Amino acid sequence: MSCAANALSSSVLLADYAHARAGDKGNHLNIAVFVFEPGHYDWLVAMLTPERVADHFHARRSSAVHCHALPMLGGLNIVLENVLEGGVNQSAGLDRHGKTLSYHLLGLYLPAPAATSHQQ
Amino acid sequence: MTDDHSDQTTLHIGYGAGFAGDRPQAALALARDLATRRGPRYLALELLAERTLAQCQQRRHDDETSGYALRLFDFLEPILPTCLASGIPVITNGGAAHPVAAAHRLRGWLDDQGFHNARIACVLGDDLVEQLGALPTPDWLPENVVLDEVVSCNVYIGAEQIQQALEEGADIVLCGRVADPSMAVGAIRHGLGWSAEDPELTAIALATGHLLECCTQITGGYFADPITNPVPDPAHPGCPIIELGTEGQLIVTKTASTGGMVSARTVKEQLLYEIHDPAAYLTPDGVMDVSRAQVIDHGNNRVEVRDIHGYPPPATLKGNLGLTGLWFGEAGISYAGPRALARAQLAREIVMTRAAELTPNLAPRLDIVGVCSVLGDAGGEVISQRLDTGDGVEDVRLRLGVVDRDRGAIQALLDDFESLYTNGPAGGGGIRTHLVESLRTEDFMIDRHAVSTFLAWY
Repeated sequence: MSCAANALSSSVLLADYAHARAGDKGNHLNIAVFVFEPGHYDWLVAMLTPERVADHFHARRSSAVHCHALPMLGGLNIVLENVLEGGVNQSAGLDRHGKTLSYHLLGLYLPAPAATSHQQ
Repeated sequence: MTDDHSDQTTLHIGYGAGFAGDRPQAALALARDLATRRGPRYLALELLAERTLAQCQQRRHDDETSGYALRLFDFLEPILPTCLASGIPVITNGGAAHPVAAAHRLRGWLDDQGFHNARIACVLGDDLVEQLGALPTPDWLPENVVLDEVVSCNVYIGAEQIQQALEEGADIVLCGRVADPSMAVGAIRHGLGWSAEDPELTAIALATGHLLECCTQITGGYFADPITNPVPDPAHPGCPIIELGTEGQLIVTKTASTGGMVSARTVKEQLLYEIHDPAAYLTPDGVMDVSRAQVIDHGNNRVEVRDIHGYPPPATLKGNLGLTGLWFGEAGISYAGPRALARAQLAREIVMTRAAELTPNLAPRLDIVGVCSVLGDAGGEVISQRLDTGDGVEDVRLRLGVVDRDRGAIQALLDDFESLYTNGPAGGGGIRTHLVESLRTEDFMIDRHAVSTFLAWY
């Protein structure tokens, strides 16, 4: 997984702009992520492409990533398929549900949203 | 109380547990709150995860008087006097692998307490384990399943029998593997007279159940972040209550005089919890579409959810097999002080080398937990200093995890891990090892017409 040390100085931490919750189903994970400010929704959608999310979780080798837009809720539902190394059934990891991975997503450093970049 | 729920047509439903490890004290506060409200009121207890059911079936196999959720009575006994006195039906899936055994014990307890008129209904028909031995092999059974490894086989059933039990006057409805939101759907169809043939109203009932089914996960539980999402009195989050109007107006709130919070953020997180395609969440009672849903915060822990849509139920139901055959071993050792991480890394290499020699058939993973876990003091002074100075890396823990069918090999690996005490790098301590059966589950799909559900009364 990518490391915060790679962050660019002009970038922002997603955790400062959004909140998220993870849930598991078998070997699949969903992370629902919502911006704090409605004005950042378009930025979130532009930033959280399936490619970027897959890259951020690359060590888990997800077989597919889907990003479902939720414009009325100001968020995205991200589904990472086969990312839980067996999940609660077979993973040897500490967090077999992948519950902590919501904050791994929130650990993404991203280019600042235009509307607020001058405030950073 | 506000005017929003003072009329007698609004339905009130709360969930007093969101999983088998939840807090009975919170459920009692919920029952007392519901007792102060008017109109149709229901209390549901969600106590059953997939693997919990398999574990319950194993206990039933050993003892025919068991097989229900281990802590079912820890939840039921405190709330029932209030619920029975106030006419609040209690619905739970804590019957688990053996609702009838739970009913027998509950009947005895109710009679001892003087509640001779209280009526218990068991919802049955979800347990298909006895069909597995039939010939020919049922067509819904996955081909790769080894029958000797099957400990449980249940299908997620819907709200139909719950509604029926309530129509016939049940005070307590004991279910096994019903879909989590279906407990709410059955209550709502009973309380508001909504038709099972109406997919839009069904979807609102499903949303109600889905929002409630993890209990405090919508009232500030599993939500707090001291920086971005502070939660009031997070040690005592209250159970959630949904007020549902006859036309489908849906307000999420929580038990009076409790901690936690209901906000647009907590509701949005729970609305999407464990959902994949927001436009098509499949349940036995219908398909729920939350893709256009709106969440409106009215303040004072009252949040409205609107624009839930729905479609008729799918032709197939999901089933779940609980299977034995796997074992899960874990071990850990901590290192602290100067070069702690370097010594933990050396220990990791030693364990990997020895595992390759002793148990080459296993594929253990070795993590290093990098938090202050052994250097702290009871008052928290040391950990506070280390966090302030950023000097928290001198306290790490090497952690081994392994899942395999070969229990003996896992035990041998764990035994060898313990030899790090006298054979490993300097200063290691706090070794713990444990080995448990790792029940796994596998899904299957079954034609809904192949499943018959029914009630039994006690």
